[in-house]
Amino acid sequence: MNRLLKSRETWLALAILAVLVLVTIRFPRFTQPGNLLTIFNDTSILMMLALGQMAVILTRSIDLSVASNLALTGMLVALTNAAFPFIPVPLLIAGCLVVGAALGAFNGILVWKLNIPPIVVTLGTLTIYRGLAFVASGGTWVNASQMSTDFIQLQRGVFLGLPVLSWFAIVVAVLVYILMTRTPWGRAFYAIGVNPVAAVYTGINVGRTKFLAFVLSGALSGLAGYLYVSKYVIASTESAGGYELTVVAACVIGGVSIAGGIGTVGGAILGALFLGVVNNALPVIGVSPFWQMAISGMAILLAVVLNATSERSKGRIILKKAEVAA
Amino acid sequence: MTDISSTGRRLPDRLDNPLKSVVMSWESLLVLVALAIFLANSFASPYFLNAWSLSDLTFNFTEKGLIALAMALVIITGEIDLSVASIIALASTLMGLALQYGADTPTLVAVGIAVGLVCGAFNGFLVTGLKLPSIVVTIGTMSLFRGIAFIILGDQSFKGYPKEFAWFGQGYVWWVVSFELVLFLVAAVIFYVLLHRTNFGRRVFAIGNNATAARFSGVRVDRIKFVLFCLTGLISGIAAVLLTARLGSTRPSIAEGFELDVVTMVVLGGVSIMGGAGSIIGVVIAALIIGLVTFGLGLLNVPGIVMTIFTGSLLIVVIALPILFRMYKERRA
Repeated sequence: MNRLLKSRETWLALAILAVLVLVTIRFPRFTQPGNLLTIFNDTSILMMLALGQMAVILTRSIDLSVASNLALTGMLVALTNAAFPFIPVPLLIAGCLVVGAALGAFNGILVWKLNIPPIVVTLGTLTIYRGLAFVASGGTWVNASQMSTDFIQLQRGVFLGLPVLSWFAIVVAVLVYILMTRTPWGRAFYAIGVNPVAAVYTGINVGRTKFLAFVLSGALSGLAGYLYVSKYVIASTESAGGYELTVVAACVIGGVSIAGGIGTVGGAILGALFLGVVNNALPVIGVSPFWQMAISGMAILLAVVLNATSERSKGRIILKKAEVAA
Repeated sequence: MTDISSTGRRLPDRLDNPLKSVVMSWESLLVLVALAIFLANSFASPYFLNAWSLSDLTFNFTEKGLIALAMALVIITGEIDLSVASIIALASTLMGLALQYGADTPTLVAVGIAVGLVCGAFNGFLVTGLKLPSIVVTIGTMSLFRGIAFIILGDQSFKGYPKEFAWFGQGYVWWVVSFELVLFLVAAVIFYVLLHRTNFGRRVFAIGNNATAARFSGVRVDRIKFVLFCLTGLISGIAAVLLTARLGSTRPSIAEGFELDVVTMVVLGGVSIMGGAGSIIGVVIAALIIGLVTFGLGLLNVPGIVMTIFTGSLLIVVIALPILFRMYKERRA
């Protein structure tokens, strides 16, 4: 109970609840199950991206290319669908995962083999990937009329009361949770973040582990590419423009330490949900959407301040936790 | 964001003194790249080698280059400021607001610079006072500053700046030499002296190499970092004046994406993102390279977004080349 009270996730969940309650006092319809599901569904893509980003940040790296990866993969899959509508959608999704993972692997190789700092590599690929999306499409859009019905409708289908898009997020979350807490890879991510030198002495290949984190982040960005394009039924070069920092922000709000080694799947999900709830609540309570940016900025700063104070008192015990769990 | 396994590209004691070994230095590599792009441009377009077109070229990088000078110092201390573009947006918005209350040109400039300074001080306080990681703080203030600009402006824009004000962004000091270029060059000299010829500069390098050691040798690490964030904010305020004057209007989306271009210039200029290494000359040449690339591609009618492929690849290739070269040499040895 004590640990539960001290945990970051509890406080974040309480903060989300507080926002929900405050909005509900004035607008009871806001917390109707249907609307809550909508918010969850709207946040699914951000959640998946945040989970990939978390793996990267855990290893003391950062992936600024996620939104560009999303735009490029989304554009490629939309073009493919427009040109060859008979290709089944699951095959296209698999293709997205492969393309996204390949783009992530390119980042990872540069970080692993050439030792270029991740922030520099992904700053470069951020511009390259988005530029390639323009080249691939010739600057045009792929719109709803060019996409096949299956392509658009797959994620809108409802399974056990939830849209398929939400199921994608849930499945990804479960898989990443298992990866992080039940496999040697997960422990390697944490170990590198906590102490890279010690990690080397325990036989962990630091470069290869970082590479894997980038591949994971890339694959999830690729998947998000398909989901984004089919959700908004348009593929343009500007898809998810500037989204990379929102993804990092979701991680930071969720308690993932930018210095590496600290962060949980639950935290990253709640961080993304917090942004989702706030963004959905603003128009409902009549706050102009122009406030949205300033409010998420405040939320990020507040989260960092809280993070910093809790990290100082607790120290980095996340690895211990992982050991206990395993 | 540190990685112990990767070392800086050069030894810091040499970096204090970038002119020491001119031949085999990062700067000479950059000069070669710049010359190559310059030659490519002159062959590619008959309109390139022309005083006015070369002068237009400078507008591609002066505002970002100015910020890059200050950003170089911040990055050398191992910090980063991603909020610079949002500082421009906020400063520009408040200048526009002041304009609505009938402010004259000197007041407008003062407002722009003051807003920049205040924003920088806010960043500096959060980073040094509360000991927060600068990358996260400035991601937060990036949304916050631009968010305030959006709150004030919504989807409106401020127009109708006085004629004298436009001179800051459009005026020429001598024939084709623009005020912006002169300001950039003067600032480059000041920053060169500050970083490479003063005790302050030496302390900046010391902090980047080992902040703890610097603290124990009497360097006031936090105060210097605070000053640098204020300086970056101040310069961003100046850039806001230039950009607003050049465009003649203020929108909340002004200077969007500048922060990444500025960081690209700094890193391309040979400043280690891990801190502790870098030179102002490198940053100036890198700013010129970015200007040449964008202008040259513009002459060839390459769309803006495709240009980013070139700048991004340039960043990666220029940084990867020396590493690949060293690996090749080690393998042969």
